[in-house]
Amino acid sequence: MKLDARIPSGPLTQKWRDLRDHLALVSPANKRKHNVIVVGTGLAGGAAAASLGELGYRVKAFCYQDSARRAHSIAAQGGINAAKNYQNDGDSVFRLFYDTIKGGDYRAREANVYRLAEVSNQIIDQCVAQGIPFAREYSGYLANRSFGGAQVSRTFYARGQTGQQLLLGAYSALNAQVAAGTVEVHPRTEMLDLVVVDGKARGIVTRNMVTGETECHVADAVLLCTGGYSNVYFLSTNAKGCNVTAAWRAYRRGAGFANPNYTQIHPTCIPQSGEYQSKLTLMSESLRNDGRVWVPKAEGDDRDPNAIPEDERDYYLERIYPSFGNLVPRDVASRNAKKVCDEGRGIGPGKRGVYLDFAEAIGRLGEDVIRSRYGNLFDMYEMITGENPYKNPMRIYPAPHYSMGGLWVDYYLMSTIPGLFVLGEANFSDHGANRLGASALMQGLADGYFVIPSTLGEYLAGAKLDDVSVNSDACRQTVRDVEKRTRKLLDVRGSRTVDSFHRELGLLMLDECGMSRTGKGLSEAIDKIRALRAEFWENVKVPGDGTDLNQELEKAGRVADHFELAELMCRDALDREESCGGHFREEHQTEEGEALRDDENFRHVTVWEFKGVDKKPVAHREQLEFENVQLTQRSYK
Amino acid sequence: MRLTLHVWRQKNAQDKGAFSTYELEDVNTHMSFLEMLDVLNQDLITKGENPIAFEHDCREGICGSCGFVINGVAHGHQKGSTVCQLHMRHFADGDEITIEPWRAKAFPVLCDLVVDRSSFDRILRAGGFITARTGSAPDANTIPIPTETLEHAMDFAECIGCGACVASCPNSAAMLFVGAKIAHLGILPQGQPERHKRALAMVEAMEDEAFGACTNFRTCEAVCPKEISISGIARMNKDYRKALFSGVGFASGKKR
Repeated sequence: MKLDARIPSGPLTQKWRDLRDHLALVSPANKRKHNVIVVGTGLAGGAAAASLGELGYRVKAFCYQDSARRAHSIAAQGGINAAKNYQNDGDSVFRLFYDTIKGGDYRAREANVYRLAEVSNQIIDQCVAQGIPFAREYSGYLANRSFGGAQVSRTFYARGQTGQQLLLGAYSALNAQVAAGTVEVHPRTEMLDLVVVDGKARGIVTRNMVTGETECHVADAVLLCTGGYSNVYFLSTNAKGCNVTAAWRAYRRGAGFANPNYTQIHPTCIPQSGEYQSKLTLMSESLRNDGRVWVPKAEGDDRDPNAIPEDERDYYLERIYPSFGNLVPRDVASRNAKKVCDEGRGIGPGKRGVYLDFAEAIGRLGEDVIRSRYGNLFDMYEMITGENPYKNPMRIYPAPHYSMGGLWVDYYLMSTIPGLFVLGEANFSDHGANRLGASALMQGLADGYFVIPSTLGEYLAGAKLDDVSVNSDACRQTVRDVEKRTRKLLDVRGSRTVDSFHRELGLLMLDECGMSRTGKGLSEAIDKIRALRAEFWENVKVPGDGTDLNQELEKAGRVADHFELAELMCRDALDREESCGGHFREEHQTEEGEALRDDENFRHVTVWEFKGVDKKPVAHREQLEFENVQLTQRSYK
Repeated sequence: MRLTLHVWRQKNAQDKGAFSTYELEDVNTHMSFLEMLDVLNQDLITKGENPIAFEHDCREGICGSCGFVINGVAHGHQKGSTVCQLHMRHFADGDEITIEPWRAKAFPVLCDLVVDRSSFDRILRAGGFITARTGSAPDANTIPIPTETLEHAMDFAECIGCGACVASCPNSAAMLFVGAKIAHLGILPQGQPERHKRALAMVEAMEDEAFGACTNFRTCEAVCPKEISISGIARMNKDYRKALFSGVGFASGKKR
């Protein structure tokens, strides 16, 4: 596997502009001749499919949901960053770039991140033109808020539903292209494999989730925009359907998987209420702007929170990090919540929770102001817990939320398989070892609206692509592989449900490859995952057959891939003998208990090459060069 | 608590379908309604029966995937919520609960509680957008928009496309859904150039589907998880009428 990031030469601020000046173009007449497959219709996929359709490519878009409008980007609440500096508070493209690089603990590629910051402003323009109702000030101009970890106000938002509004914008652009005849949408269709012909990605094999039919679709390029893999933990904030299958199948076909262990555990989620729990609900971390995090000073203090006097409360984030306080980055907030719960000071059922208290803010600003800022989040909290957060502090606990790792891509967003492009959360490129709040929406739309429409043309203009038919040997063989695997899952006829396996895997991953990790724990986890995977293939119970709508079969295929991913995540976490961002190895911490990076030995991206399910994958390295920022130890004190 | 469920079971679109009854013991009151069904499904699978198929994804009330009728009410009795946000603490020990899919000709049942809502997508494709080619937009602050206008548009933009409005309407009308999109885009200054053409095209597309017409029952508004106002329907009618008489032309090429 050769890793050439193809970063353009020249100064950081000119790379993207210069590249675009010189990228090969595909003529309008030829664009019509190129078929492009887009898998996933979230912010990255929806925006890419719509924009490529506008350019004249023939696009087929696929999603597992019943409509392209339901991709999980829709659930993002807080906002989207951009370097507009509308607040005149000193923001700039460089500062957004710098914050993102630093927030990612210096484990992202400078050039990609700078480009992201650079196109962020165009995204806001585009979204407003589409009719996205971003919040405004009384003047009628756009409003901003400060968001987790940022010292400037650069986050644009639409109530607590920014992801929904942005996705519906991309979906409406997609609809316009469907009407124009350039894009064909295939809902309820799940990608189960990638077709590789002569070393190039040339198509996908899908399962029609209503009829069970296995189909092959061919194209000149395949774009995976399939989101992240936090559902490997079973309980996460991801939608129930989110899965790694598309990316994993590509990995098995030769695409490098980069930094799989980098996952983000979001600090402000509603704690688990019982065994039956199916998913965790995130509340926007904008809540931390006005809420104060605390636990009782004493272990096992289970008094009513309002009965605990001020001097018996530990506002531990404000105490440990006096300058950032409750606004420390997500990984720091999460790890500290786990720590105080491990000390026996957790609150609520199961004692895995901390308070997020608005009493001070309500006293200072009044309930109406708090309601106007967070009303829908407070309502949601009350709906789920049955408790009134205006009267009692909220209970929160961290939950897996986002995966920074993903398929390796170069500057053009192309994976190690030519013709296979990866966008949005599914790739690894922009967030390093930790993502800042309100940056996921920015990246998805940057990749989809502004990066891929430029870089895809360069590939298509230069690649020699022979016609591939769905009846070719490569396609037929891939279809057979998929059918065989589906049959295998159905034929186990064991006695244990898919969910029970998934739940056990998730717990194991959260314990050993979650907020903090150890070499010993990770090594043991690998053995346990392998044993559990073996049991899965011998004892899983998938009812029904493959010829109709079968939600258990869908889940079984995804969980089978999550097993293999889980092992790779542990392997990657074990390999990275340092702490950085969301990856905290207990062996590598400062005297103060903070993440201790090892820039000399680990200033690189680890890219894994598949060698077989029961064979050790091979690790490749992409060295990260920092020419424009000084590597510093993150300090939020 | 103990519950008796009567659930609509239908193998596929061709199957006639019927209710099946399930007795549940020890339902935890903190469970969500969907978690209660998850637990039942685990039980059914273990017993060798087919689990109940239902649509769901985000489970936080925003994706619009979930939705079925609980005791005659779309999304159940909790106001302003989807099924996934409904918790069992709102039910009592010994309750009998009837669960059935959205019932509307335009939403054919695919399996159990799963219906086909692609008619919604087709209506939005007809005109539910502002044409703004990627990269062509001016600076986002070029047009100031008063907050009241913006908030008004946002009230309609919140629609999650779940289909409860159709399911609850005695006429199976889709007008709250269509009106919400026409109002969202038609209130904003960016949406003005295509405003009347949009209304015309979307109403025509809606009429091509098997939806009925609004006769002001207002059940849609009552069950809408986002509590969208039927004033959107008035805006839709107004824009549509204006389009008919202002000669913007019929988007589909039809003559009336």
